[in-house]
Amino acid sequence: MSVLRMSKAVYDDLRAHGEETYPHECCGALLGRPDPDGWSIKTFVKAGNARTDSAHNRYQISPGELVKIERESRLRGLSIAGFYHSHPDHPAQWSQTDFAEAHWLGCSYVITAVANGKAAVTNSFRLAGETEENKRFEAEPIEVEDAANQDGD
Amino acid sequence: MTIFIPTPLRAFTAGKDAVEVNAATITAALDELTAAFPDLRKHLFTSDGKVRAFVNIYLNDEDVRYLPAKEATEVSSADTLSIIPSIAGGR
Repeated sequence: MSVLRMSKAVYDDLRAHGEETYPHECCGALLGRPDPDGWSIKTFVKAGNARTDSAHNRYQISPGELVKIERESRLRGLSIAGFYHSHPDHPAQWSQTDFAEAHWLGCSYVITAVANGKAAVTNSFRLAGETEENKRFEAEPIEVEDAANQDGD
Repeated sequence: MTIFIPTPLRAFTAGKDAVEVNAATITAALDELTAAFPDLRKHLFTSDGKVRAFVNIYLNDEDVRYLPAKEATEVSSADTLSIIPSIAGGR
């Protein structure tokens, strides 16, 4: 089973993003480095939700913004390790829409349930499989590390 | 030119996040890329050779879909091509 590791600061901040945009969905990219068994997230980038027509239950990061995020991650020696978004007043479980629109194999998709404006459960799902045809979401634990235990970046 | 490879496709480029190609057009650049790394082809193209709907290709900061000549656009060695799968979803 894969593991998603991040500092408490990153964990708290990406959850807070879901509170900021409530009742709309937030979204952003997770930047990190690969571990033998998952990803270590070093930072994240908030993105705008391009689905302004239905922001309460849909999100999209525009490809143009993704290109800029990818460029920034490369300059920092990091990779796009996954993405996060919020489910306002809805469980932190992937939906059929999430699955149909997931194409970053090997990356992590983090979902935070935001209930009445407060961040509740946060879960992560690794998009496993080798191709678009056999992809699947697998639940993975999030290891939240204290800053004192973090290695240098 | 340089083609930037997104995280999920690096498994098919021997871990490289960027590949240099010497091509005159976007189509030729993608052909050279997939000739060097044949396993990439099915991830980028449908069985009839079209770029998969969820794969975005950007020439520098421009979406290739909206360029007048699309994939036939001429490129230079200083240009960059970014392959970016789409990201979307919702509850």
